[in-house]
Amino acid sequence: MTEIVPDTHPEARPAAGPDRAQFGLAAALAVIGAYTVYDATTLDVGFADPVGPRVFPYVVGAVLLVLAVLLAVATVRGSRPEAESGEDVDLDAPADWTTVAKLVGVMVFTIATISVLGWAISGALLFAGSAWALGSATLIRDVLVGAVLSVVSWYGFYVGLGIPLSPGLLDGIL
Amino acid sequence: MDSLSLLGDGLSAAITPENLLYAAIGVLLGTFVGVLPGIGPAMTVALLLPVTAGLEVTQAFIMFAGIYYGGMYGGSTTSILLNTPGESSSVMTAIEGNKMAKAGRAAQALATAAVGSFVAGTIGTMGVVFFAPALADIAVEIGAPSYLAITVMSLVLVTAVLGSSKLRGFVALFLGLTIGLVGLDLNTGQPRLSFGTSQLADRLDIVVVAVGIFALGEALWVAAHLRRTPLQITPVGQPFMSKDDWGRSWRPWLRGTALGFPFGAIPAGGAETPTFLSYLVEKRLARKPEEFGNGAIEGVAGPEAANNASAAGTLVPLLALGLPVTATASIMLAAFQSYGIVPGPTLMDDQPDLVWTLLASLLIGNTLLLVLNLPLAPLWAKLLRIPRPQLYAGILFFASLGAYATNLDWFDVLLLLVFGLLGLAMRRFGLPVLPLILGVILGPLMEQKLREALAISGGDASGLVNEPLAVIVYALIVLALVVPPVLRLVRPAPTHAETEHEKEKVER
Repeated sequence: MTEIVPDTHPEARPAAGPDRAQFGLAAALAVIGAYTVYDATTLDVGFADPVGPRVFPYVVGAVLLVLAVLLAVATVRGSRPEAESGEDVDLDAPADWTTVAKLVGVMVFTIATISVLGWAISGALLFAGSAWALGSATLIRDVLVGAVLSVVSWYGFYVGLGIPLSPGLLDGIL
Repeated sequence: MDSLSLLGDGLSAAITPENLLYAAIGVLLGTFVGVLPGIGPAMTVALLLPVTAGLEVTQAFIMFAGIYYGGMYGGSTTSILLNTPGESSSVMTAIEGNKMAKAGRAAQALATAAVGSFVAGTIGTMGVVFFAPALADIAVEIGAPSYLAITVMSLVLVTAVLGSSKLRGFVALFLGLTIGLVGLDLNTGQPRLSFGTSQLADRLDIVVVAVGIFALGEALWVAAHLRRTPLQITPVGQPFMSKDDWGRSWRPWLRGTALGFPFGAIPAGGAETPTFLSYLVEKRLARKPEEFGNGAIEGVAGPEAANNASAAGTLVPLLALGLPVTATASIMLAAFQSYGIVPGPTLMDDQPDLVWTLLASLLIGNTLLLVLNLPLAPLWAKLLRIPRPQLYAGILFFASLGAYATNLDWFDVLLLLVFGLLGLAMRRFGLPVLPLILGVILGPLMEQKLREALAISGGDASGLVNEPLAVIVYALIVLALVVPPVLRLVRPAPTHAETEHEKEKVER
């Protein structure tokens, strides 16, 4: 597989210092674990239930806290994650977080507008916007493809499955 | 032979022209999505599940079976033509399959994979027909303590034994268990980790979680690292096999099936081990072992059959115990629940007609896959040429559509995005996905059995180990955790080291 999946990717090179971002992950784990424990303390214990609703979250939250510490220690000791490779993934290039941010922006826009604009419009914009974020230069074609996909899927769900996706602005037209 | 006549009833209920049409649509959709790069079988099934939502139960099953087999075969097509396995179980298929494709034998590789999948899938499903009722009979006797122990075992084995980093495996597992806590507590009806929202109190939809982590997470991860130079795709002709190819393939198919099914059926599944073993066995037994590494057809036929047989095997614990052991099986569990099936020991007695219809549907889907996909292979190969921006935009589109269509609520799309970002982080930090998904699904089950067991014993901890089976299972867990490291310390066994070395070599 050497032609396609390179043996050494940047995340695996031993020379660089500890993977600092992993401290962030450890901190996030600690927060989640602590909140899980706190959330469990707010529950009432029922009758005739020797375990109650608290025990399981206590255990899960406590173990997450322990794992957070272990991960932080492992990071200091130089343990590095093995980032996932894949067919379209090029781990040699530095991570391109701008594209990810654009995609997340497109998703957030969809979430905010889907109830108002309806699936047919939101879906088309979602497709075209994502393709644009990923570097497509054919904006008009993407909008057309997106519109076809979303209108066809709207009718497919409405006619084929009897699920009325929100029509939004196009209420009465579709 | 009782099972056979029941299966016959299921078949006659399932075979109608209309149902066959649904099966064909399922196979085509499943293969279409499964062929797309970066999408494995689990993701295919999760993405396409909403499509079956409005159908009546028999049709939903049949279409689902088609999607499932289509997704599996689509994954093998991608690994053979692109040398890029969609999930770990098709790693072994990719090794020899892609070498064959490079040597101009892509058509034969795809054909032996398709026929091998058919043989293994059919034998495997027949295995389920015979073993699942037997296991269910035993499972009715299994009490809460033993059930808890078996659940713990499958989680521990998947997390600690399969992955490369135990620490990261457990991080993923406990994140999954935390996600599984969200929603109403079953006994007292209080919402946990719901932040005061009604949507979260109502338990998370496993399909939204899975599509977020698999599909959206993958799309975002690819976006961060998009390969700007296109991969080489081998052109495919009409798949066919010469007499020699058949002669070299049929034994590996059967051996692969024999290896795959038991590994799938024990609740510590995964197709990685049997496919790897099958590869090694075929290499040892091959008439021309020197061909291995240069495109030996046995190296595609065996592992591919093992992969499919093991997938069929996972249905045994899934149907008989309600215990999913692979990502695909956990999505199937969610699917079955949405069709009104509650897998578990009593399933065979409560809803026998549904079970037999399901098994019959699997046989039909498998057959249609062979009939449709051999002629269509060149067409599927063209899908690999979809430009990447449009491909991943399409994945985002369909993932959002699926999440939105379940409840028609924007909140589900927000959840999808949250889990997509989690999936992205997991890929960045090398956290394995399978322990997390199993944690989400098995966590609530574990808690329920724990509380049942302790309620029976009145809170006494001995209630967890008062069944012999539970004690045995806990002993097995300890052995599985302790023995390998101890062996490595005491004496680095040469044969073991050799296999490891070999595994490393093939994985490179």
